[in-house]
Amino acid sequence: MKSPKLIFVTAVVAAVAAAGVTALLVNIFERKQEARETFFRVVELTDEIDDAAVWGKNFPFQYDSYLRTVDQVRTRFGGSEAIQRTPTGADPRSIVAQSRLEEDPRLKTMWNGYAFAVDFREERGHAYMLDDQTFTERQKVVTQPGTCMHCHASVYLPYKRLGNGNLTAGFEAMNKMSYTEARTKVEHPVTCIDCHDPTNMKLRVTRPGFLEGMKAYKASQGVENYDVNASATHQEMRSFVCGQCHVEYYFKGAEKRLTYPWTKGLKADEILSYYEENGFKDWTHAETGTPALKAQHPEFEMWNQGIHAKSGVTCADCHMPYVRQGAMKVSDHHVRSPLLNINNACQVCHNWPEQELLDRVHTIQDRTYSMRNVAMDALVQLIGDLKLARSNGTSVSAVTAAQASQRRAQFLLDFIEAENSMGFHAPQEAMRVLGLSIEHTRQGQRALTQK
Amino acid sequence: MTRWLIAAGVFAGLVMGIGSYTFIYARGSSYMTNDPAACANCHVMTDYYVKWQRSSHRSVAVCNDCHTPKGVIPKYITKASNGFWHSLYFTTGNFPDNIQITSGNRTVAADACLKCHESLTRSMSPGHTTPGSCLKCHGKIGHPQ
Repeated sequence: MKSPKLIFVTAVVAAVAAAGVTALLVNIFERKQEARETFFRVVELTDEIDDAAVWGKNFPFQYDSYLRTVDQVRTRFGGSEAIQRTPTGADPRSIVAQSRLEEDPRLKTMWNGYAFAVDFREERGHAYMLDDQTFTERQKVVTQPGTCMHCHASVYLPYKRLGNGNLTAGFEAMNKMSYTEARTKVEHPVTCIDCHDPTNMKLRVTRPGFLEGMKAYKASQGVENYDVNASATHQEMRSFVCGQCHVEYYFKGAEKRLTYPWTKGLKADEILSYYEENGFKDWTHAETGTPALKAQHPEFEMWNQGIHAKSGVTCADCHMPYVRQGAMKVSDHHVRSPLLNINNACQVCHNWPEQELLDRVHTIQDRTYSMRNVAMDALVQLIGDLKLARSNGTSVSAVTAAQASQRRAQFLLDFIEAENSMGFHAPQEAMRVLGLSIEHTRQGQRALTQK
Repeated sequence: MTRWLIAAGVFAGLVMGIGSYTFIYARGSSYMTNDPAACANCHVMTDYYVKWQRSSHRSVAVCNDCHTPKGVIPKYITKASNGFWHSLYFTTGNFPDNIQITSGNRTVAADACLKCHESLTRSMSPGHTTPGSCLKCHGKIGHPQ
């Protein structure tokens, strides 16, 4: 009676093995098919379609990851945390990011009199760029121009429509509008068409601010009539499309033309000297009367000073690394901190354990943060000294000199503070800029105490 | 009894049949060779294969020269073990996109340098002759970025 049992067991084992081998066979078959066909054209894309959902039909993996920019995850110095709030008629958001002003009240002192002292939250993912700009409290305290749309909405099509096919004309028209009016012209946050040519998916720059900024920057280096879309390499474009918006800027003149201040260079002090020369101010500091400047997210400029830029590593290499989808490799359109994705982002080049890589980044960031705090404390002291000096009979020339120092110190500090990497994009440059900031603060305090 | 035997035979035959087909379809026999292209049968290895093609070692050392130990038996044990784990991970998809070498495989690769370079390095400083130390400085030699 033993053999029927043995035969039965043999049959079961054979059946399980057959199932396993078939599963393997099918899996190998799938991978081979995936490697053969990586793209299926389901819809015809044209330069008139800005809805990412339509593009997503041809590029489902990219679209799927693009949608994930709604995720809110904190890193040590960035990312965002989902904070619940009660929606109101004026602001229907039920979730926002944490307030930076509550985390560090010194920022309120630095920006006193400016809209950023009223509401400034940690930036959220691309999915929120339009809503968070539309509903920020800053809108209530100052009248914002339509220029803001340049980077808070998908403006390629709206610009073309406004300019009757001419991108620059549309850009100029929207700059002159009020924010509320311009808001009715746009619909989407950043979408596929902002960085891709619909006919061949080649990267392209669609933002006039960057086109003009790069042209001016290259001209200052002796390259006349530089056209990003005609001259940049593919690898350069993998940073330039991000640099369309992740930069320092200001609104020039009465027509509020968005301008990237790069004619003297991309470094913080070079940008400062540009502003010193043209006398631009963002606002007048409420406590000290200083004609002050606000620095804005200069990620592109800081990255340019760092080792990764020198080695030809682009924004997309770390923030949109390749991910595996079956036998395919697609670039991750869930743009986020590389610290949340160390294997894909860092270990392509750095063959060290994930924890060690994270620790290295944190070391750089902790050092930058501690120096930023030194510079911030010094600046707050200078602001206090200046406030006092304006009421205790200190000479006008001393006050003016100290105000000039505050303007410089504050811009340089804000350049590092506003930059979203806490020094990582260019560690030594960040320290140099913070050192310069402290030097200007020192000079300001000295001006007030000199007899 | 005979019916049972036939049933078992059919099942066993199925396994062998499907197994042989899979083996041929997946180019199983290529894994018995030294051809580096065989390692890139799996798409995961394409990047490493391409980088090796650009390396200084491309005309003097193939995958097996650095990634398997000396001797026929240790070589095929290593190949079989890696073959099994790779099949399992690549089929289930449970592995990091940028694959990480295991410590055992790293030791094999590190020791492999001396297969060719022992006589040259013998006269050099101790760091050059300690088995496994080459990769500390020359870690990217096989797959430069």
